[in-house]
Amino acid sequence: MTWRVHVRILPRAGLLDPQGQAVEHALSALHFPEASNVHVGKAIALDVAAASAADAESRVRTMCDKLLANPVTEDYEIAVESGGGS
Amino acid sequence: MRVAVVRFPGSNCEPEACRAVERAGGEAFYVWHRETSLAGADAVILPGGFSYGDYLRSGAIARMSPIMDAIRAHGAAGAPVLGICNGFQILCEAGLLPGALVRNAGLKYLSRPVDVRVERTATPFTSQYRQGEVIRIPVGHGEGRFVAPDALLDQLEREGRVVLRYAGDSADVPANPNGSALGIAAICNAAGNVVGMMPHPERLAESLLGSDAGHRVFTSLTSNMIAEPQGA
Repeated sequence: MTWRVHVRILPRAGLLDPQGQAVEHALSALHFPEASNVHVGKAIALDVAAASAADAESRVRTMCDKLLANPVTEDYEIAVESGGGS
Repeated sequence: MRVAVVRFPGSNCEPEACRAVERAGGEAFYVWHRETSLAGADAVILPGGFSYGDYLRSGAIARMSPIMDAIRAHGAAGAPVLGICNGFQILCEAGLLPGALVRNAGLKYLSRPVDVRVERTATPFTSQYRQGEVIRIPVGHGEGRFVAPDALLDQLEREGRVVLRYAGDSADVPANPNGSALGIAAICNAAGNVVGMMPHPERLAESLLGSDAGHRVFTSLTSNMIAEPQGA
């Protein structure tokens, strides 16, 4: 079975995120004072062939640890949805 | 001294690196990243540039290149390995050096001279400098802010593995241009033979350009005289 998996990668909490700060300042300049704690990361979507959603998540976790995220500077979250591929 | 300069797709500082090695009396040659052997090189340089377009993260894809196993073995054998700029990023991604290099604190791509203090002369690339000497050489990077967990930073400091540190103290040269932890511009591995630096000594290695402040990085290598660690 093929699973559609979404990986969300953000700068490690507590690490200076100048991109997030710049976007926050820009939002403030556009009169969105309610926006705070802005962070800029990246999203990766992929199809994964696996027997179960748990297997798919486990494999993608390994992919994150080996390549997709930098363990020193980034945190990631994985969301598995069914019905990927097509 | 035969020096392999590794070319990745997107490397762009390799001619300067070769020239700097040759001006220091060494023999330099290119090795394509798909190769699996360093062709008998005594030392290896990973040059600056934008390997794989910096996709995903700077150096993240390049570290998968077939040549990396040979570079890892070369470094493990105690032979000299230098990563300059993108080469430093690759060495960190490959785990040959600890920590990571992320977006500059000021967000801007920095292309400018910086002052760096030579904190460690006991490496194959800094032995011809004086301990504490401040040199002015260029940087050119968008992701040069060195970060690492506090425990690792303490360890690097304790073990004397900070090789170069930003040291600007005048109005025209920033003290810490990219916001690096501890002002780190270059570090080495525990043995001292693998060095990564963000500044580009190869870009300022002949007096025709107004200064040859970077030249001794390469004469350090070709003279192959490594100073004893302090206190040893």
